[in-house]
Amino acid sequence: MKSSENVPDVLLRGQEISRRWGGLLALDKVSLSLERGAVHAVIGTNGAGKSTLINILSGEIEPSSGRVELMGQDVTGWTQPRRARAGLGRSYQRNTIYPSFSVLENCRLAAQAASQKPWLFWQDARRCEASLAAAHAAAERSGLSPLLDRAAGLLSHGQKRQLEIAMCLATAPDVLLLDEPLAGMGAEETERMLALLAELKKGHAILLVEHDMDAIFRIADCITVMVNGCVIATDTPAAIRSNPLVQAAYLGEH
Amino acid sequence: MFNSKNLFAIASFVALALYPLVSGSYGIDLVTKIMIFAVFALSLELLVGTTGLVCFGHAAFFGIGAYAAVLLASPTDASSLAWLLPASVLAASGYALLVGALSLRTKGVYFIMVTLAFAQMAYYVVHDTPLGGGTDGIYLMVKPTLGTWLELDNAHVLYAFTLATLVAVFGFLALLLRSRFGRALSGIRVNEQRMRATGFSTYPYKLAAFVISGGIAGLAGFLFAVKDGYVNPEMMSWHLSGAVLIMIILGGLGDLRGALIGAFAFALLQEFFKSEAIFGAFAKHWNMGLGLTIIASVVFLPRGLVGLPGQIKARLTGRRGEEGARHEVV
Repeated sequence: MKSSENVPDVLLRGQEISRRWGGLLALDKVSLSLERGAVHAVIGTNGAGKSTLINILSGEIEPSSGRVELMGQDVTGWTQPRRARAGLGRSYQRNTIYPSFSVLENCRLAAQAASQKPWLFWQDARRCEASLAAAHAAAERSGLSPLLDRAAGLLSHGQKRQLEIAMCLATAPDVLLLDEPLAGMGAEETERMLALLAELKKGHAILLVEHDMDAIFRIADCITVMVNGCVIATDTPAAIRSNPLVQAAYLGEH
Repeated sequence: MFNSKNLFAIASFVALALYPLVSGSYGIDLVTKIMIFAVFALSLELLVGTTGLVCFGHAAFFGIGAYAAVLLASPTDASSLAWLLPASVLAASGYALLVGALSLRTKGVYFIMVTLAFAQMAYYVVHDTPLGGGTDGIYLMVKPTLGTWLELDNAHVLYAFTLATLVAVFGFLALLLRSRFGRALSGIRVNEQRMRATGFSTYPYKLAAFVISGGIAGLAGFLFAVKDGYVNPEMMSWHLSGAVLIMIILGGLGDLRGALIGAFAFALLQEFFKSEAIFGAFAKHWNMGLGLTIIASVVFLPRGLVGLPGQIKARLTGRRGEEGARHEVV
């Protein structure tokens, strides 16, 4: 667990974020905050704006209005790479690994972002100690150590999802935005991923977008429910479960 | 260090070094020209094969290097290689900085078209203005030297100098590709979005690759101007941009050896189909033979000539799928 001296408990905060796509209001004044040591889940039907929210928080798209704060600093105008270097890591719903690279190189390249030094053109990247150490550590934590030399494209689906997380971890982020890390996973793989998330939560603030309700209610400390771009409730899992608004809008569908 | 990749390059360079011992002046001239195109192809390989940026205007940088060599050289005395060569490279990379800064804001097919547009702009500047002699081109009156021991007037000296340049460029790029910079460029080719999400500002990386590539293309152009002692606007035409693209595709993208093999294969195929001894009157339609061969090679050799041994091995052992996926594991 990292020392939390001088670091505010709220690592990432979104304030009244709105996003318009032409006439469509994809996000309507969404606010949420992520704290270290907690998993904050965001649920909602398809099209509720969950992915748009992640894309805005990570800097991939700009909000129409609103503000994003990372460790108390206003980062609304920052590019995605700059936010990433400041400690904001994300994974993608679809696998976005480097399929032709080995597992180790996938992690190493991610870790290299912290010490890029592109002008050292005579140095072999495979001997870059800092990024190698971070890559090995991230692969170890994600349970990929036995597969380091395997081409990432040849991994099973579940292993690719693990690699997504490992690449995220290799950049040593404080905040993790995870877009459906359990999608398409079997029961055993889901268990392994949940154990990993529980372990990661100790040192990180985690935003989890997920469709697997059982998993969410097991692991989340806080749940935000979105419908049509609006937040209709943010509360503890128990309170969300008994919230009549949520039941009507979402859980009742099952 | 001495794996099969490096061994191939070393063996090729040794063979090239020994070639003048067995060849006449025609062969020396031809191989000098091919080696210059190999340098040119290597420069484009850095963009297309490594970074995934398909530049369709690379002849502009080649031509600017060549024109700079002629326009900057003194018309009466031999200019020193020590400043003329860097000046030509700088001129080409300067234009690459401008073109790259603007064109890298676009992606995919738009990038291809914008680079083509900038190359056509440079082409028409020399084609339609008296700056570089218009359509007639201009002559390099006195070839550059370095002191008294490196006089590029001499075909053998030029051959050796071109070979040394080729080896230096190959070595530099090999070093570059395994460095952090090179790995980041590969990452950008495979998945730029992911690179940005992990914290790489990809635009400066791509721009740096573009400028380096343009500079090396200018170096090739410089050598070409010195070899022929003459430049004309055709050196900047889109035909040449296309030809160098075909060279690296023919040789195999994603591998420096591919650029080397492709330059030789392209030039030798051209010589072959142009040969009246073999094709008689049909030789004047050499473009057709060359074109059909290239189409066939793209169909049957999807990974280029450099991938041929792997393809044969996979066919023999019947492990085609795995071989395909294993390609380029690093």
